[in-house]
Amino acid sequence: MNNKINFSKYFKITNIFSLLAVVVSILFLFFKGLNYGVDFKGGTLLEIRIENKNIQIQEIRSSLSIPTLGDVNVKQFGKEGDFLIKFEKNANEDDKFIKDLKNTVSKKIGSAVNFRRVETVGPKVSRELLIQGLTAIALALSAMLFYIWIRFEWQFSLGSIIALIHDVVITLGIFSILSFEVNLSIVAAVLTIVGYSMNDTVVIFDRIRENLLKYSKIKTNEIADISVNETLSRTVITSLTTLLALFSIFILGGEILKGFSFAMILGVVIGTYSSIFVASPVLNYFKVTQKTLLKDDI
Amino acid sequence: MLSFTKIKVISIYLILICAIFFASLNLKNNNLIEKKVNLGLDLQGGSYILLEIDTKPLVSQKIQAKVIPIKKLLNDNKISFRDFLISQEDISLSISKKQQNKFKNLFFKRQDNLANNFISEYNKFELDLEFDQNKAFIKFSNFGLISLNNSALGQSIEIIRRRIDDVGTKDPTILQRGDKRILVELPGIDNPERIKELLGKTAQLTFRLVSKDDAFGSEKLILTDSNEELTVNKRVVVSGDNLVDAQPQFDNQSNQPIVLFTLDRLGAQKFGKITSENVGRRLAIVLDNTVISAPQIREAITGGTGTISGGFSFQESTDLALLLRSGALPAPINIIEERTVGPDLGKDSIEAGVFSLIIGFILVIIFMFIKYKIFGLVSNISLIANLLMMVGILTLLEATLTLPGIAGIILTVGMAVDSNVLIYERIKEELRTEKSIIHAFDTGYNKAKITVIDANVTTLIAAVILFVFGSGPVKGFAVTLGIGIVTTLFSAYFIARHLTSVIVLNDKKGKYFKL
Repeated sequence: MNNKINFSKYFKITNIFSLLAVVVSILFLFFKGLNYGVDFKGGTLLEIRIENKNIQIQEIRSSLSIPTLGDVNVKQFGKEGDFLIKFEKNANEDDKFIKDLKNTVSKKIGSAVNFRRVETVGPKVSRELLIQGLTAIALALSAMLFYIWIRFEWQFSLGSIIALIHDVVITLGIFSILSFEVNLSIVAAVLTIVGYSMNDTVVIFDRIRENLLKYSKIKTNEIADISVNETLSRTVITSLTTLLALFSIFILGGEILKGFSFAMILGVVIGTYSSIFVASPVLNYFKVTQKTLLKDDI
Repeated sequence: MLSFTKIKVISIYLILICAIFFASLNLKNNNLIEKKVNLGLDLQGGSYILLEIDTKPLVSQKIQAKVIPIKKLLNDNKISFRDFLISQEDISLSISKKQQNKFKNLFFKRQDNLANNFISEYNKFELDLEFDQNKAFIKFSNFGLISLNNSALGQSIEIIRRRIDDVGTKDPTILQRGDKRILVELPGIDNPERIKELLGKTAQLTFRLVSKDDAFGSEKLILTDSNEELTVNKRVVVSGDNLVDAQPQFDNQSNQPIVLFTLDRLGAQKFGKITSENVGRRLAIVLDNTVISAPQIREAITGGTGTISGGFSFQESTDLALLLRSGALPAPINIIEERTVGPDLGKDSIEAGVFSLIIGFILVIIFMFIKYKIFGLVSNISLIANLLMMVGILTLLEATLTLPGIAGIILTVGMAVDSNVLIYERIKEELRTEKSIIHAFDTGYNKAKITVIDANVTTLIAAVILFVFGSGPVKGFAVTLGIGIVTTLFSAYFIARHLTSVIVLNDKKGKYFKL
């Protein structure tokens, strides 16, 4: 493959686009917020399978709108007759809460109900889980920053972190726009995205560093161009195989892994884009040249 | 770099064979070694329950218990005091300034101090004393609270273990989490309601006399059977602490389920004395502030055994006996998190997970073969070796496989080829400038090495952080992701490289080199 695409020509446009996407994402995150699941909001979740497949979601919704239950959210979950019901309340204060809730649901639906999954999280735990999740993401970002700083120079480190923040913010922004549920597995997905996107960026940076040392007279942007082109087939192939695996989970892996694999798919696409169009131009903005490398190496 | 010494080749394949051996232990009917991958609760079904002890009532109970020794200390040493007040958390009293120092010295005496225990473990006293003008305030010190908390937590874990063992679930896990929490994992349980009820009950049993009138030192309690309100004396005749055994039985005459209890010697003495002195009066059997029954004392009970009948079902009498046998929890316990997965959902998850793993695997293998032909085949062989090694290591560590864990394996399959792709693409570039094929492969592998390591370390960092911060299923994901990176590096740099070297060295004409 002797593909020679002039990536640097598009850097300006893509950077404006990325900036816009980040700003829009932040606005959404700020004003609309994320649709937190019971893990982070507290509450109770029931996954049920109803024997009578004729029961419609509206019937369940209206039969469960009882004041004592508080806010109830019902949605179809996978196969026909499978539903996910979320309740605002949790079992924190009352040991018999789940038992009573199951009885109420069985009675109201009026068909044999199989309770496939029950989750209840108290307010204290959900707050802790949220803080833990945020800490984990922040820690992962700082660890990456540190690793790249040691392995490369600070400009590379900043470039990769800007790309990572870009990926995380836009992925979460899309979750906010689509009102997709954010739970513990989404945090896991975000952390994996951080690892994956970093992986992609490192491969390109490695090549940029190598090429900077090889050619002293070529401008940084052109070096970035050459390097991105040289590594392009690898970038594309790896993204493709990863996406093949991810789509396989998304389509066949069952309902529980849907959100996780969706976040990962978003992350892989955005991460691949950002390693080329975000991380590389940052090096040019910081005026990284051969001299930077030589000077810092001493 | 392309040449491998014999010893190196042997060790590489020996490691692989070991891994395959361990992986094979998961197959059915293996009696060789008791090792296999554990399935997480989300895959085999079961209940995860996080409990938190509430020490507040315990603190106020312990403060109450300090009243008598403190008053005794004051009286014995002729320290005059006024306005003795007890609240939930502290005791306050007025002492003249002259006597404050004397009190302080006595209060912080290290030996034979019943009023204020010295905790040698922390080198601190359990109670704090503060003066403000004439007022003195006594409350638990931070170390006193910690020591109280720790002993309550330790005791609670013990009692919870006894209760769960008594119910007879298989392989329960009961662990301390932090300083106030207890994690209970019950594999294979899809309806934990009964166990939860048993865990949540404090089960503080007391025998107390029923008073005729609203005498001082009595309280009004409800009799569960008839909702009758009884005035029960606060003074405890015998408590659950004196119980040595309790068993469910059927009453000979009425054929009703009852609980037969046996008291220890001290309990039996007290019980005999009280029952002989109070024939004709009612004795309330109080469990956690409700009266389960209040029979009339017909005759002195001196044998140290008795029965409790309260219109129970057989299940209720069994549970009550179990609770009494296990003892009372020192503090109330709340369920703050619960996750239960039914066995059929677990089975569905395994099926979906394994199915998507197979499909993802096949897709990647086909893609690599089309793209790299014979070297794709090499990459695919190393991918299979990679998978087997992952399962082998998971077995060796007896790690827990969760649904996100399966996702981690699939993701590793997708990302594992990256190392081979990096190397092959690099070799391709080298082939453009390098005449010698062997040389191109050599430099290709060498130059790609740093990149491959850098790229994998970043993912490893993410996996480690996930492992530290993640809980339950997410931890399982971190485990497979992390192990996947190690096996990926091994299979790319040893297995795939060795296979490649065999091809390159045997292919003098260079017919395979259209990567």
